[in-house]
Amino acid sequence: MDILVCVKRVPTVGGKIAVTPDGQDVDTRASGFSISPHEECAVEEAVQITERLGGSVSVLTLGPEAAIDQLRDALALGAHRAVLLETDGREFGPIATAGAIAAEVRAHPYDLVLLGNEAADTGDYQVGIRLAHQLGWPVATGIKNLSVSSDGVVARREYRGVEEAYSLPLPAVVTVKEGINLPRYPSLPGRLRAKRAAVERSAPAWAAEGLRKETLRVPPSSKHQAAVLGHGVDAVPELVRVLDELGVLS
Amino acid sequence: MSVLCLVELDARAPADASLRALTLARSLGDASVRAVVFTDAADLDGAALADYGASDVYVIEPSAVASAGGLGGVVPPGQHCYAPQAWARALAGLAEETGATAVLAAGTDRGNEVLAHLGAITGLPMAANCTVLIPGVTPDGGQRHRLVRHRWAGLLLEEAVMEAPVALFTVATDSVSPVAAESPAPIQVHVHKPELAEDDLRVRAAESPASAGGASLATARVVVGGGRGVGGPDGFAPLEELAGLLGGVVGVSRVVTSEGWRPHKQQVGQTGTKITPELYLACGISGAIQHIAGCAGAKHIIAINTDPGAPILAHADYAVIGDLHQVIPALVSALRAR
Repeated sequence: MDILVCVKRVPTVGGKIAVTPDGQDVDTRASGFSISPHEECAVEEAVQITERLGGSVSVLTLGPEAAIDQLRDALALGAHRAVLLETDGREFGPIATAGAIAAEVRAHPYDLVLLGNEAADTGDYQVGIRLAHQLGWPVATGIKNLSVSSDGVVARREYRGVEEAYSLPLPAVVTVKEGINLPRYPSLPGRLRAKRAAVERSAPAWAAEGLRKETLRVPPSSKHQAAVLGHGVDAVPELVRVLDELGVLS
Repeated sequence: MSVLCLVELDARAPADASLRALTLARSLGDASVRAVVFTDAADLDGAALADYGASDVYVIEPSAVASAGGLGGVVPPGQHCYAPQAWARALAGLAEETGATAVLAAGTDRGNEVLAHLGAITGLPMAANCTVLIPGVTPDGGQRHRLVRHRWAGLLLEEAVMEAPVALFTVATDSVSPVAAESPAPIQVHVHKPELAEDDLRVRAAESPASAGGASLATARVVVGGGRGVGGPDGFAPLEELAGLLGGVVGVSRVVTSEGWRPHKQQVGQTGTKITPELYLACGISGAIQHIAGCAGAKHIIAINTDPGAPILAHADYAVIGDLHQVIPALVSALRAR
């Protein structure tokens, strides 16, 4: 089973998020970068599958040279091979991103391509599906449980409290969500191996798309500091009064 | 000129998320919004769609989807024959037939999925999770929309321009409120048989029988949230009890699912579920930004936290400063005594 996992380098945001003065990017002066959360789970899932069935895990990212850090993070978790599709810093839209990944997939005989359901930053919700259409492969998205055999995959998710199962022949594209597994911590030998590993590089062409970003901004906050109803159990009568006022006590 | 809007169902009624999508579809100012519903014609509640401004509804029956794909039209009762590529192909056909200039869907798992397939089939761009849409034209007379959409699950807003002959949008359902039309007109019902290829049904959902699993987090009226302050997997019983008394469900923060204290399906946040309850009672939750992305759609937030400086207080309407292990049992007793 040869698996390609596509990951994205995104800023690690903890307590707040801010935009650069030109309104074009997230201000990352005070933050680090990491693999987008759903995709970290995609790496873990791929490693678990090859631990069971054999094969290899390749990890790919489309991004600036600095995104090699995220490729090494994935190698440390157990991926075997790393591919950087290097950009010049411009943001690739979802159509160009899918096209660049499709070119890599056509050049290698993968059985399965895993992506996150959506990137934490751009939230476009479409790269995996566009990739599948370009390849002519079946695709399932938003997957929280995946069973893989040499014949195909059964991918499960929940919709309005009902479990849906999708059966796909291989090769296939599957996009996953956090919760499909709990990613392991990288081992020390894993980190050392990742540090030394070679990274294959190419530079796909950027292209304009019909959807064009103009600026980013932080939404105006409608909330102010909370009104404190009281301290400890003494606040309970006041809390009950507020719940009643909000109409949630039947 | 017309706008198509995919409408998902909650039992037989239009899903709340889809009413929000219909509301934003109306803001495009076109003469008509045409709803598209995948259901048995006998189950259709057309009046509910008319209330939200739909002039027409195209009903695509599950058997029409199944038979078009060479599956013999056999659909188990109660199932919707959800096949994302087939649904997208049907929308593509209807968009052409009706001369649609925009196709919308709710920014749900299905809405985003179907519109992404539609984008891939047609080669058109697609903007996910929009909150504002303003139609316009390019200097050479082409269609150009200005829009605002969510990035970072709504923690940031992107102002963008879309130039496309048919614009594909999904609607950020925690940011657009559902508003009924001022003067609803009678609705025209069309039973539509889409032209599909067998390949379009290659990937389709097999649904397990409906779970008896109570209210869902995404649609609950009250959510009682638990975070790191709950202390461990054994600390959630009082929260469950409180949620039961309020007719709600328990949600948790990311740290709780990362620690394995509760299953991931209970996570509220950017990487979990986005909630839109009347009340979110956040207990022992500091308020990391990825959690705020999941609960900002709550109408009211009350925080119970030992730390008066916790970031959650900047997003809450009310707060109780105290230990949830004391406050919640006392609250449960007070509610039981009423």
